[in-house]
Amino acid sequence: MLAQIDVDFRTQIINDYQGVSECKICDKPEYLARIREVAFNFFQKNGFPTQKNEEWKYTPVKPYINEPFDIDKDKSQTFDPSQANYFGQHLPGYKIVLINGKLSVEHSQIPDAALCTIQPVMDVLRKPEVQERLTKSRNYRNNPFLAMNTALFTRGVFIHIPKNTQVDKPIHLIHYEVGEGKQFNISKNIIISESGSEAEIIESYYHDYNDAVSFRNSSTEILVEPNAVLDHIKLQKSDHNLRMVEHTEVEQKEDSLYNNYTFTLPGMRFVRNNLNIELDGSNIESHMYGLYLTNEDQLVDNHTLVNHKEPNCESNQLYKGILTDKSRAVFNGKVYVHSIAQKTNAFQQNNNILFSDNATIYTKPQLEIFADDVKCSHGSTIGQLDDEALFYLRARGLSKTDAQSLLVNAFAFDVTEKLRDEEIKAMLNEEIDQVMSGVIS
Amino acid sequence: MLQIKNLHATIDGNQIINGLNLEVKPGEIHAIMGPNGSGKSSLASVLAGREEFEVTDGTVTYKGMDLLDMDPEIRAREGVFLAFQYPVEIPGVSNISFLKTALDEIREHRKQEPLSARDFLNRTREMQKLVQFDSALTNRSLNEGFSGGEKKRNEIFQMAMLDPSLAILDETDSGLDIDALRIVADGVNKLHTPEKAFIIITHYQRLLEYIVPDFVHVLSGGKIVRSGDKSLALELEEKGYDWLREEIATS
Ligand SMILES: Nc1ncnc2c1ncn2[C@@H]1O[C@H](COP(=O)(O)OP(=O)(O)O)[C@@H](O)[C@H]1O
Ligand SMILES: [Mg+2]
Repeated sequence: MLAQIDVDFRTQIINDYQGVSECKICDKPEYLARIREVAFNFFQKNGFPTQKNEEWKYTPVKPYINEPFDIDKDKSQTFDPSQANYFGQHLPGYKIVLINGKLSVEHSQIPDAALCTIQPVMDVLRKPEVQERLTKSRNYRNNPFLAMNTALFTRGVFIHIPKNTQVDKPIHLIHYEVGEGKQFNISKNIIISESGSEAEIIESYYHDYNDAVSFRNSSTEILVEPNAVLDHIKLQKSDHNLRMVEHTEVEQKEDSLYNNYTFTLPGMRFVRNNLNIELDGSNIESHMYGLYLTNEDQLVDNHTLVNHKEPNCESNQLYKGILTDKSRAVFNGKVYVHSIAQKTNAFQQNNNILFSDNATIYTKPQLEIFADDVKCSHGSTIGQLDDEALFYLRARGLSKTDAQSLLVNAFAFDVTEKLRDEEIKAMLNEEIDQVMSGVIS
Repeated sequence: MLQIKNLHATIDGNQIINGLNLEVKPGEIHAIMGPNGSGKSSLASVLAGREEFEVTDGTVTYKGMDLLDMDPEIRAREGVFLAFQYPVEIPGVSNISFLKTALDEIREHRKQEPLSARDFLNRTREMQKLVQFDSALTNRSLNEGFSGGEKKRNEIFQMAMLDPSLAILDETDSGLDIDALRIVADGVNKLHTPEKAFIIITHYQRLLEYIVPDFVHVLSGGKIVRSGDKSLALELEEKGYDWLREEIATS
């Protein structure tokens, strides 16, 4: 089924797989060869997802992958990250530089080993906790990009936050996708928050608008151990020539808290976020906040999957979108509550404002509940700005554009409001204000 | 200050205002009464500039200008204020920062310097006290979760802050208990100067015990069917609107 893509790219994928599986000098633990083989066989047979796949029904990927890509070729030795501006640059934190997925120790500010360790994932494949993450069974049928990722990854970082440690500053991953040619970058990241630890991970993206198209296929495996707290913030703003699929798997243990914030701003032509959370313990809290402001021909897709497997947990999803021009967005959220997961609180909300007749939103919040003593709700709205509210503000003397931006900001700030990091909140609110004033005026 | 001549207006093709005439001079207080559905709120909406209403005939002159030609925000900046019958809740928009923006806009339009943060704060305190508006509410989202009475009082607080020349109060009294009613009336009386005019839309004559109108008009079927002084309000209270309907039918 790989016939759907460019011949050269197809040949490359197959060569690359042979490369990683036959490599003589690489560290190849036995389990890795096994998982790669399963993933590759699946991918070779099924290829990239088509719209016949229920999980990709409104997300045609062909326009974004049908290019003569090079996989993980490093034409970028000369690239100097210190000269490259990205969204979130001024935020304080440990800057971790990843060039096409590869950790550049030279350019990074690696925190003290007592606070946390950060290493290339290929160096730690034999660690039992890494093996445990990588051998988790994953649904390739729904996530063909993940199959490709597991079959071919040779890059990515391993972040380990030791027991009871509070990392004093955010760990800020900067994904530089660079290259002279059309680049397909595959990376596998692993984050382990040991019990009682507390950390904040921020992700930023860089792609030079003069460069050819880059496609980023990234997968992140996260474990949040008992009593640990992990804030995870994605600042998805970059250039039109960057496209990406980010697949995030989170496993939470009892009494842990995981907060995911995904902000997607105008820029990248195609973004697909998969966020799957397993609540594997009691008294777990998971919050998932998303805000997408889309323009031009952008396509932004957020798929979430929350699995309540134990009692007394809470999951909460709030995704909001503001769509302009002929952009498209998809929200698809699924929550499963297993029969033993009594006293579950699960909320899911997706609200959208369309600023253009040519913009499209597909929204599908879903709950599947097999327990009886639960509090669950879900809903979605699609609309324009409230005319009554607009008139009220204008009748007090505000110009139409001021009234509109006040209302739009209020709609969007409802999500940024949930950030605990004040600096990011201020940065985002300013950005939203600026983006929307361009739309409204 | 305000001359309404032969005003006709429709909404969704329905004729709601039907040849209405009214003149309001500076310093005057006009009460407009009338049964439900007679077009009182529609008149207020047309004067404030709600775009859903289409004026099909007639003129409205305000301070010598064509009011109907102005956007709602220009009317507000020129001193027209509408206290809404049903104020909207706007989550996420702070009551006080919205009011600061509104006041800045209005002052700029009137070629006045913007108030300093300190002056604004002082003015806020003074007006809060005047209309006994809970200071905790000023910092909340606009009307969000306010009780009916709190919303009405917020309208009067905003009116006090924005200092209009023509204030239209649309049933500000309904839903208020007698104490709240007295506070609202006190506020209006304190703000009332020889330059300022009020149009007070009300269903009951109760409010008019506290705010003494110069004129009382009865609206029915989208036009004024009877005008008089404050004794008309008492007469209406006594005999009800049916009395007027009969009288119009037979005349
Ligand atoms: N949006 C609308 N569409 C159609 N009819 C309306 C609309 N708004 C008000 N009306 C009608 O206009 C008439 C006058 O309403 P309104 O001005 O609210 O009366 P009042 O304030 O005197 O009770 C009523 O018959 C009402 O049903
Ligand atoms: Mg009314």
